[in-house]
Amino acid sequence: MGKPFDFHGGVKPQTNKAQSTREAIAVASLPSQMVVPLHQSIGGTPHPLVQAGERVLKGQRIGAADGNVSAAVHAPTSGTVIAVEPRVMAHTSGLAMLSVVIEPDGEDAWLPLSPSNYHSLQGDEIRDLLRDAGVVGLGGAVFPSHLKLKAGKDKRMTLVLNGAECEPYITCDDMLMRERAQDILRGGQIMRHMLGADTVLIGIEDNKPEAAAAMRAAVAALGEDMQVVVVPTRYPAGGAKQLIRSLTGIEVPHGKRSTDYGVQCFNVGTAYAIHETINLGRPLISRIVTVSGNVERPRNYEVLFGTPMSHLLRLAGAKPDTDRTVMGGPMMGYLMPKPDVPVVKATNCVIAGSRALFPPPPPEMPCIRCTACVDVCPADLQPHEMYWFARAKNFGKTQEYHVFDCIECGCCAYVCPSHIPLVDYYRFAKTEIWARERNKDAADQARERFEFRTLREQREKEEKAAKLAVKAAAGRQTAEKRVVPPAPPPAAPADARPAAVAAARAEGALAVTADAAPGAAPSPDPKKALIEAAIERARQQREAIAPKNTENLTAAQKAEIVEIEARRAKIRERARTHDEDARQ
Amino acid sequence: MLSALLVMALGAVILGAALGWASMRFKVEGDPLVDKIDAILPQTQCGQCGHPGCRPYATAIAKGEAEINQCPPGGEEGIRKLADLLGREFKPLNAENGVEKPKSVALIDEATCIGCTLCIQACPVDAIVGAAKQMHTVVAPLCTGCELCLPPCPVNCITMEPVGETVETWKWKYPVVEIKAAA
Amino acid sequence: MNNSPYIRKPASIQTVMLKVLLALLPGVAAYVWFFGVGVLINLVLASLAALLGEALMLKARGRPVGIFLADLSAVVTAWLVVLTFPPIAPWWLTVSATLFAIVVVKQLYGGLGQNPFNPAMAGYAIMIVAFPALMSQWPHGGLGLAAQLDLIAGGLRDLDAITGATPLDALRTGLRESATPTTVQQVIAGSPAFGLVGGKGWEWIAAGYLLGGLWLWQQRIITWHLPLAFLAGIAIVSGALWAIDPGAFASPLLHLVAGGTMLGAFFIVTDPVSGPTTPRGKLYFAAGAALITVVIRAFGAYPDGIAFAVLLMNICAPLLDMKNQPPVFGHKDD
Repeated sequence: MGKPFDFHGGVKPQTNKAQSTREAIAVASLPSQMVVPLHQSIGGTPHPLVQAGERVLKGQRIGAADGNVSAAVHAPTSGTVIAVEPRVMAHTSGLAMLSVVIEPDGEDAWLPLSPSNYHSLQGDEIRDLLRDAGVVGLGGAVFPSHLKLKAGKDKRMTLVLNGAECEPYITCDDMLMRERAQDILRGGQIMRHMLGADTVLIGIEDNKPEAAAAMRAAVAALGEDMQVVVVPTRYPAGGAKQLIRSLTGIEVPHGKRSTDYGVQCFNVGTAYAIHETINLGRPLISRIVTVSGNVERPRNYEVLFGTPMSHLLRLAGAKPDTDRTVMGGPMMGYLMPKPDVPVVKATNCVIAGSRALFPPPPPEMPCIRCTACVDVCPADLQPHEMYWFARAKNFGKTQEYHVFDCIECGCCAYVCPSHIPLVDYYRFAKTEIWARERNKDAADQARERFEFRTLREQREKEEKAAKLAVKAAAGRQTAEKRVVPPAPPPAAPADARPAAVAAARAEGALAVTADAAPGAAPSPDPKKALIEAAIERARQQREAIAPKNTENLTAAQKAEIVEIEARRAKIRERARTHDEDARQ
Repeated sequence: MLSALLVMALGAVILGAALGWASMRFKVEGDPLVDKIDAILPQTQCGQCGHPGCRPYATAIAKGEAEINQCPPGGEEGIRKLADLLGREFKPLNAENGVEKPKSVALIDEATCIGCTLCIQACPVDAIVGAAKQMHTVVAPLCTGCELCLPPCPVNCITMEPVGETVETWKWKYPVVEIKAAA
Repeated sequence: MNNSPYIRKPASIQTVMLKVLLALLPGVAAYVWFFGVGVLINLVLASLAALLGEALMLKARGRPVGIFLADLSAVVTAWLVVLTFPPIAPWWLTVSATLFAIVVVKQLYGGLGQNPFNPAMAGYAIMIVAFPALMSQWPHGGLGLAAQLDLIAGGLRDLDAITGATPLDALRTGLRESATPTTVQQVIAGSPAFGLVGGKGWEWIAAGYLLGGLWLWQQRIITWHLPLAFLAGIAIVSGALWAIDPGAFASPLLHLVAGGTMLGAFFIVTDPVSGPTTPRGKLYFAAGAALITVVIRAFGAYPDGIAFAVLLMNICAPLLDMKNQPPVFGHKDD
């Protein structure tokens, strides 16, 4: 099969991959302390299952998935929990998140493992296993895999295994494919089974011939009907959307599920993790991480989550002029707040950076609208337009120009002759828009609740007035022995309240009438019925708010209540006199 | 001369008709200005502006009875937006109305709370739950941070806790690195 | 510490502008070959004026001077001014046009990247309105260096002896101002300004610009949309007029090689700052500019209309972009 489709744009930076593929994957040694953040995937933050002082075994669940859109977290090794507290995350913000700090005992003792046979399990059972084993997308997006592994409803499904790995320096998928091709395909078999996919395509960039050969050999060895498709090396060919387009011609828009388009894409590392979880019963506690950049011995390591990045940099021999730690590649990677943040599920690569390796960008010049960014944008966006709008903080327009379709691949900033940090503007605009949406939702909610409360207070006032009117009328009735039509409820105060609230009030009043109708005797006068209903409601309300825990009190409690009431009376008195003082 | 007059008159009639049609076609219901102002106000309902809630303040601004710089929770950004919307001059926040503070939520010290319900009655958005003589608590996501519950509390058990930044709410900084003239 | 991407392509505005200047060289060489070295003197003068004006304005605006002078955008503007002017234009004409372009049209609007109008074309437009005669005097092929220097220095102009007209100017004068009805063919036959195809030497200058333009396209400095749509527009509109009455309108071939057509197609309508950026917007922009150019050449008061056409289309550029946004990945069916 050739390359029937293509994606727009892209760039060809120096790949710098050869350095870290010279040696086989090594197992990183145990550090002296491991910090496992509970929040390592998209979705809810898992809640901790362990406490400080507890002993844990390797593979023991220490954080349970919070709802279905979440994934569990496990102890990477056996040892003692020394704290469950916020620790600085592998996140550019440098903010802390709840983490389980484990002191390894060096025994690395596994929990008893229970492998399963996926043929004998229901889809939901496999999905629960995956969620509880903490399997998430290991390409970097860390989206819980179980949510993606559902059979298509009416479309024939295509499974894409992403081994393109386009970002410079990173070789973890390359090495995994070279060394563990069959296990990747075994994971692929489980995915195919769950998706009911009839086509399986494995996309690999043409700069990884060894990996492609290994995968082809594995396909032949397992006798699986899967196709290895070699795509041209061009960043970001490994972006999920770009690879899906290259292999199938399908464009999955932002915010849509690719299942609806009959295709689902997984990183080869995820496939490997699924094989380990289901076939071997091991939860996701480690991954392959490329350690490269300004180090003596660039290499891939199998790293337990929670291992400090500084530990890896020591293993690889970071050079003395290293001045930063980058998680991910040079195009999309994130600057770490400090070198000893832990490796998490999203960590595919740790790069030691230096001024020589990543020189500071030349001064930012004005945009000359040369559209070099448009030519390379793999999402067919107009980066320069989004830049102008984001710079002017015109977020409505930024969104109109599809800033959320931006995958932050960095191609635009890579080619910009004006050296504008374009992606920074999009990141800024995105988080700013999210914040505004949060604020707006909160304000809308507050407005709604405030209006409802105003409405309720008004209604209560009217009900009270109606009750008094009825009482007065009843008094007169007994005195004068004749029926007096009850006074209409007092008009609402003349403040300018919105029509909507007034309308809602009318509705509420009607509802009250309807509620009361079965209980109260039918009355020919609607006003009278309204008042009766109001009285009934007030009575019910009074009953409802009567304190329920005031019976059977001990003498001491009663004394306390009296004391409190006295204190309150005093405070009220003081407040009243204070108010009067203030008025004088 | 006559034809010129006729042409002018005809033009006036046609334009008048067009304007009349447009005013009927594009008639605006209600008072959108109050809605627009209300949409900018932060809906804390704190009353620091001297009005019983955000909507009354919006109405007062629309009528020209209130200044645009009386809303401390809205802060400088809010005033700028109001100035933009109304075409008025920006002015700094009126200190008499209060100062701009970071967003906070109320927290009831549950050990001290005596269950007096005074704070429940004071809360403009019904964000405090509890019953008489039973402990109260603040539903933090609903709390607007208006501080109206603080003064009624007889035992001073309510404090305002600033809402910290989390990884989810963290924002990327504005990236402008202006190149300046070398001095 | 900056955020990703940490690696960058070695590209800068300076290299872009340098490539534009290089691409102009073949055209300039042909120009010098046919009309003498006067144009070089004006190129040097205008470049110096542009740099000086830019430096003063940057200083006044409190912006870094060195970094913006080094981007060479001012030099490109100066060259475009000179290349659209007569090579023997007096020095003060080119210098003041360049200064106007840089100081008013570029810097007063915010400098590099902010100007809504093409600075060089604004400079041309203001000078052809103010000094129409000086703007249409071209040397005969054989005018010597000393004579050219004298004219550039502001020497007295013995018009008939030393200056000729551009083909477009000769055509316009011949058609409009002769007492008897004249055809295009008669004008061409009777004027020394016309050569093999377009005008004497003009087809070679046009070929030089075409060569440079194609190189810019190959270097991905410009896309094909603007030049192609402009040239096609010129050919189609002038071809239509020519088909209606070959006696009253010049042939499309003449239009393509004469005047500023080639320079315009590859170096003027392609100005990124004041033009559109969307592919369809570019097509409309260039086609519109071509239409206005031919209309002005055929019916207007000026021999060439590219400057006015480009300035008019500059006004439309934001709208053209807004209305012609290309579909975004995954939204192609929206």
